[in-house]
Amino acid sequence: MAETTLTDSSQLDRPQGWRGIAADWASDQRAFKNVSWGKAMMWIFLLSDTFIFGCFLLSYMTARMSTRVPWPNPSKVFALHIGGSEVPLILIAIMTFVLISSSGTMAMAVNFGYRRDRRKTAILMLLTAALGATFVGMQAFEWTKLITEGVRPWGNPWGAAQFGSCFFMITGFHGTHVTIGVIFLIIVARKVWRGDYDIGRPGFFTSRRGHYENVEIMGLYWHFVDLVWVFIFAFFYLW
Amino acid sequence: MVDVTPADAVPPAEVGEMELYHPHSWWTKYVFSQDAKVIAIQYSATATAIGFVALFLSWLMRLQLGFPGTFDFITPEAYYQFITMHGMIMVIYLLTALFLGGFGNYLIPLMVGARDMVFPYVNMLSYWVYLLAVLVLVASFFAPGGPTGAGWTLYPPQAIMTGTPGGQDWGIILMLSSLILFIIGFTMGGLNYVVTVLQGRTRGMTLMRLPLTVWGIFTATVMALLAFPALFVACVMMLLDRALGTSFFMPAIVEMGQQLQHSGGSPILFQHLFWFFGHPEVYIVALPAFGIVSDLISTHARKNIFGYRMMVWAIIAIGALSFVVWAHHMYVSGMHPYFGFFFATTTLIIAVPTAIKVYNWVLTLWRGDIHLSIPMLFALAFIVTFVNGGLTGLFLGNVVVDVPLSDTMFVVAHFHMVMGVAPILVIFGAIYHWYPKVTGRMLDEALGQFHFWVTFLGAYLIFFPMHYIGLIGVPRRYAELTDMTIMTESAHHLNSFISIMAFLVGFAQMVFLFNLIWSIRHGRDAGGNPWRATTLEWQTPQTPPAHGNFGKELPIVYRWAYDYSVPGAKEDFIPQNVPGSFIPSREPA
Repeated sequence: MAETTLTDSSQLDRPQGWRGIAADWASDQRAFKNVSWGKAMMWIFLLSDTFIFGCFLLSYMTARMSTRVPWPNPSKVFALHIGGSEVPLILIAIMTFVLISSSGTMAMAVNFGYRRDRRKTAILMLLTAALGATFVGMQAFEWTKLITEGVRPWGNPWGAAQFGSCFFMITGFHGTHVTIGVIFLIIVARKVWRGDYDIGRPGFFTSRRGHYENVEIMGLYWHFVDLVWVFIFAFFYLW
Repeated sequence: MVDVTPADAVPPAEVGEMELYHPHSWWTKYVFSQDAKVIAIQYSATATAIGFVALFLSWLMRLQLGFPGTFDFITPEAYYQFITMHGMIMVIYLLTALFLGGFGNYLIPLMVGARDMVFPYVNMLSYWVYLLAVLVLVASFFAPGGPTGAGWTLYPPQAIMTGTPGGQDWGIILMLSSLILFIIGFTMGGLNYVVTVLQGRTRGMTLMRLPLTVWGIFTATVMALLAFPALFVACVMMLLDRALGTSFFMPAIVEMGQQLQHSGGSPILFQHLFWFFGHPEVYIVALPAFGIVSDLISTHARKNIFGYRMMVWAIIAIGALSFVVWAHHMYVSGMHPYFGFFFATTTLIIAVPTAIKVYNWVLTLWRGDIHLSIPMLFALAFIVTFVNGGLTGLFLGNVVVDVPLSDTMFVVAHFHMVMGVAPILVIFGAIYHWYPKVTGRMLDEALGQFHFWVTFLGAYLIFFPMHYIGLIGVPRRYAELTDMTIMTESAHHLNSFISIMAFLVGFAQMVFLFNLIWSIRHGRDAGGNPWRATTLEWQTPQTPPAHGNFGKELPIVYRWAYDYSVPGAKEDFIPQNVPGSFIPSREPA
C-alpha cells in the first residue's frame, strides 16, 4: 500500500468541527476507514439481528403484561432440587456464567489472532466452542426437565399458556444462534490451525495473507450472542 | 509515496486491486453466477414473472367486481385468495425484489465504481433463496385448499381459522414460510448492498457525489434490514400459532360452535409487528423510485438536479420518519386514541421532506432542456401520480377522516396510486433508461409510446373513479357488491368501466413484455452512452459491461453526478470520471 502525502496541505481547505467530521465520514472509498468489508457486514447484520431479538422480547413482554392469568414464577420453575433444598435459578446462573466465560476466551483468541499465534488462537477458539456447546447442552437439559414437568408451547400446569410459548421460542432462537456460532467457531479454528490465514488460501471465509480478521469477525458474532443472552436472562428469568 | 494534487482531491487507492476470478463454465457464467449484473437480471426476470401472475389475479378480481355473478368459478373464497396473493406478490415479491434485488444489484456496483458487490457468493445465495421463496409461494396455488385468503395483511385470528381459505390447510403455512425465506434471502443481498455503498466505492466517489439512485436504494436497504425483522418475528409467531397451537396472536375464540384451544393472545400485537414492517415497506419501495426518478429527470432535462444535498437529506429524513408512523394503518384497530394523535402528527410531518423532493424535481425541470424521451415521460407521469396519491394520503393520515374511509375503495385507490402505480411507472422509466446498458440495444420507441400512454392514462382511468366509488361508501375486500344500497346504477357502471380499463392496461404490459424480448435482438444499436449521461455505469469500456465492470483500471471520480449543461464546457454533459481541474463543475462546495 502506498503512503499518502499532501503536496501542499495549506491549499486544501478542510472544513472544521462537525462539518469536518461529516466530510471525513462521507469521504471517498470507505466510510469507516479501517474497517474491512467482512467486519462492516457483520456489524450491520448484528444490527438487523438486534431488531429480531428486540421484536421477540417486546412481543414476550406484551404477552406477559396483557395476560389475565397469573404468569408462572420463574424462580420456582427454574429451580433445581440440590442437596435437599430448592435452589432457585441455579442452572440458569451456571449457564450464564459459562456463556460469559466463553466471551472471555473468545476475546483472548482475538488477541492472539492479532499476534498471529496460530496455536493459542485455535486452542482458545476451540475452548470457546466447547463452552458454547456446554451451554447448549445445559439448555437441552433445561428443556427436557420442563417438558417432563408438563410445559408445552401451548400450555403448562402453572398459569399463562404464553409462558411456554415464549420460553421455547426465545431460548430456542437464541440456542440456534449459539449452535451456529459453535459450528463456525470450529470451522474458523480449523482454518487457523491449518494456517490458511498465513498463506491466504482461497476458498470460503478467506482472508488476505497474514490477516486473522475472521477470528475477530467471529468474535463479534459471539459477543453479540452473549449480550443477547444477558437481556433474555434479565427479562425472562429475573423479571 | 504518492503526490496528491489538491485541486482534484483524489487520494490514492486505500486497498490495492485484488485479482478477479473470472467464471469459466457456462453454469458459473449464466446460472450460478456471482456477477451482480447477472444476479440482477435473474432477480428482475423472476420478479417480472411472478408479477405477471399477480397481474393476472387482478384481472380475475376485476372480472368479478365489474361483472358480478357472470363468472361462476370466482367464488368468494377464490376472490379472497386472489386479493391476498395479488397484494403480497406485488408488494414483496415484485416491487421489493425488483428495486433492491434487480436495480440494486445492477446499478450499485456500476454507479459507485466497484468491480462487484463486496461478497459475490453471498449475493448469489441471496437470489437462490429468493427463488426458493417464490417457488414456495407458487406451490401454495397447487396445495390442497389453495393459497391463503387472509388478505395481504394476514391479520390473525382469521388468517389461521377454518373459515378463511388456506387457514387450516397449507395456504397460510406456505405463505409464512415463503416470507421467512424471502427475508433470509433479502438479508444476504441487503448486507451486500449496504457494505458496497459504504465501503466499496472507487477513488473520488464521496458519499455526496453518489447519484441519487444509489442514495435511494441504499437508504431503502438499510430500512429493509431494520423493518423486515418485525415481519420475520410476526411470521415465526403466527407459524407457531398455526402449527403448534401456541396463542401469541390468538385470543380465546369460538369457531363454528367450538371453543378453540387458544386463549390470551393479542391480535393487535400482530398488527403492530406487521405495520412496523409494513409502513417502512412503503418507503422501501418509494425511496429507490425517488432516487431513480431524480436521475432520470436530471439526465433527460439536461440539467443538474436542484438541491442535491436537500434531496439526500430528504431521503434520509423520510427513511427515519417512516419508522414512527406505522400505527396510522391501525386507527380502526381499537388501540388507544392518544396513539392516533401521535401517529397522525408524525404521518403529516413526512409530507415536509416529501414535498421538498417534489418541488426539487419540478425546479430541476424548470428551464431545462427537456427531452420527452420515454424514460422522461414515465418520470413526469410519476411526479403527477405521486402528488396525487400523496394528497389522498393527507386525508387518510388524519384519524377523523380515516375512520369513515378506512374500509372503502378510497383506500384501495390511494395506495394503488401512491405505492402501486407511482413506483411501477419509475420501474418502467428505469427499464427504458438502462435497457441499452444491459443489452446494448434500445427498446422500440413506438411500442414504448403505446405502452406509456395506455399505462399512464389507463391507470388514471382505473384509480380516479375508484376514489369516487370509495367516497360514496363502497367497501373494499367484498367479493359481491350487487345487493348493497350504496351500489347505485352509476357506481355499478363505473365499476364495469374500471374493469375494462384494467384489462386494457394489463394488455399494454404484454406489449411491453414483447418489446423487452424483441428488442434484445432487433432493437436499434445503442452504443455505450445513448442518453449522454454522466454517471459511471455509462462510462464502462464495454456495453453490456463485462465481468469486473470497468476493464483494467477502476475509474477515478472527479465530480458529482449532475454536471449537465455546465457553462463553458464543450458538451452538455461531463462524465464523473473527467478530471476536474481544467473543466468547471457545478458541484456545490
